[in-house]
Amino acid sequence: MTRDEVFDRLEEIFRDVFDDDSITLYEDTTADDIDDWDSIEHITLISAVEKEFKMKFSMGEVSGMKDVGEMVTILMQRGR
Amino acid sequence: MKELEYPFDSEWILKKKKSLKRTLLADGRARIKKKIAVLGGSTTSDVIAALELFLLDSGIEPEFYESEYKQYWQDAVFGNPELDSFAPDIIYIHTTARNVDFTPNVRMSEEEITSALEERFSRLEQMWQALGRFHCPVIQNNFELPFFRLLGSRDAYDPHGLSNFIGRLNEKMYAYACSHEGFYINDINWLAANIGLEKWADTKYWYMFKYAMALEAIPPLAYQLCAVIRSLFGKNKKVIAVDLDNTMWGGIVGDDGAENLEIGQETGTSQAFYEFQQYVKAHKDLGILLTVCSKNEEENALAGLDHPEGAVRPDDFTLIKANWEPKSINLENTAQELSLMPDSIVFADDNPAEREIVRQQTPCAVPEIGEVTDYIRVLDRSQYFEVTTLSADDLKRGEMYKANIQRAQAQAKFASYTDYLLSLEMIGEIAPFRDVYLARIAQLTNKSNQFNLTTLRCTQEQMADFAASPDHITQYGKLVDKFGDNGVVSVVVGQRSKHPAAGEECLELILWLMSCRVLKRDMELAMLDGIVKQAKAAGYTKLVGKYLPTAKNKMVKDFYPDTLGFSLVSASEDGSTVWELDISDYEDKNHVIKVTDRI
Repeated sequence: MTRDEVFDRLEEIFRDVFDDDSITLYEDTTADDIDDWDSIEHITLISAVEKEFKMKFSMGEVSGMKDVGEMVTILMQRGR
Repeated sequence: MKELEYPFDSEWILKKKKSLKRTLLADGRARIKKKIAVLGGSTTSDVIAALELFLLDSGIEPEFYESEYKQYWQDAVFGNPELDSFAPDIIYIHTTARNVDFTPNVRMSEEEITSALEERFSRLEQMWQALGRFHCPVIQNNFELPFFRLLGSRDAYDPHGLSNFIGRLNEKMYAYACSHEGFYINDINWLAANIGLEKWADTKYWYMFKYAMALEAIPPLAYQLCAVIRSLFGKNKKVIAVDLDNTMWGGIVGDDGAENLEIGQETGTSQAFYEFQQYVKAHKDLGILLTVCSKNEEENALAGLDHPEGAVRPDDFTLIKANWEPKSINLENTAQELSLMPDSIVFADDNPAEREIVRQQTPCAVPEIGEVTDYIRVLDRSQYFEVTTLSADDLKRGEMYKANIQRAQAQAKFASYTDYLLSLEMIGEIAPFRDVYLARIAQLTNKSNQFNLTTLRCTQEQMADFAASPDHITQYGKLVDKFGDNGVVSVVVGQRSKHPAAGEECLELILWLMSCRVLKRDMELAMLDGIVKQAKAAGYTKLVGKYLPTAKNKMVKDFYPDTLGFSLVSASEDGSTVWELDISDYEDKNHVIKVTDRI
């Protein structure tokens, strides 16, 4: 799984969760860049990503990831 | 929407909740608006988001009040201006085992534990009583079992166990629910067991987001809650229409012969069909009508239904449509003959192709019932018939409809319609609301769509308030005839108002409805006689009635002028009309029903 492939799959999930087909993800995308990305939608997002990549984030990771790039790095290690 | 029907994909629903909501709101369907206050003991955002989707899909457009995090008790007991001005139609208290706030331990005496139990319960009771100020139904979660057991199996039966403590708290809650009207339990204890406690109590969601249960458990929770709300607002289904071959028994009766069908106790398959027949039949006692919709010769269908090893009898079915017409047409006819809307029918058929056609051609609910081993589970989990109130009429409903069909046959023999009506030997019990009928009055009010002038929906509590108010006149009508008891079939409520044109005081009929099963029996005239009598006694000289059009109540558009002899006051562009009747020289209009105030 290449980094680009992970980005593509993630983008799909983000577009579903935020109901916005114009979302494009970059390494440094954060919650500040997406209007509806608040703490509640973060839960939906994390759970949808876990399901898609058949893995679980640790509690530390859920609150500690600083941008999409970090999420992609974790998914490349543990996602499927 | 098929995606929101059982069995659904919880995670997919949550992921897609925004676009699902957008799609539902854009479908142009007429929905009733309801205000729901959610008082939470943990995070409730996604509970509300999922509940909103299921309600929209059930024809209810909700508006929510959401308490601040964990403020359920404070909001209920002390109130706050936002909640008070919100004036909810329903209050839902979302508490869980996380809110028990007490853990017994082995060092405590049994007395200490019992007194803690009393204290916890009295806090709950205080909250429910405080909510009485809103005069609306309250739905309260029970408590689910804890996901750990310090004492192992002993936790269940030893008073020092938390499982035991929660069980006792639930028992007290149930006793309260059984003795208080307008109070309903949302059984999350069963739901957690159904989902599996390990999945339900994924503690990560608590530690990180203060969700009392895993995210994937939230849609099933919201679905179950939606079923209770649906039922309270009269949106339950009313009929199960079953296919026969391979739905009610194994095999094809026309080909195999009734004697060779798989039904009874001989094989596993025949037992599975037998249990399904038992499950279907049990709905009769809940007031659900059973009908048959099958491609068969009627003779063969009857032979199959009369199979000595089966649980049902032909007599259990109010209507049997066994012919070669398309099923969609048979279902439409079934609805018409029972005077019900087609969307109140649940159609059970093993054949996916038939299901698909019926789904496309009719508004009937058509569950994906799977194999015979799944039938009961799918129907049951769909919660089409959620029982929030049980009235004595429910037990008799099937017989009432059957008597109706006999009446139609009797009608054919009479020279004039009046002769026919007189031959029915009708007795009407027409009187102000009585407590014993309040449940039925509220139920009828909330599910009558066709013969309903204003389509005003009222809870049982509001009905009780009307009955007690000096500014309201209430009246129910119950009709008995020689074929049977029709139960309470009509409800009228009048309210002291200013005449819309003349300004003088008058009695405005804010609610006038009747069950369609007593159409053309002059019951409406007897009801008017009763209302006039009450209105005169209270000093009124004029009645005012409004017709507010909906998609379903066209049949009563001209009810006030044509049937009751009212004259027009005004008409609006939206189709609504206002009518009046001077009652100073009123003469009774009903001459076929013998009226009494108690049968």
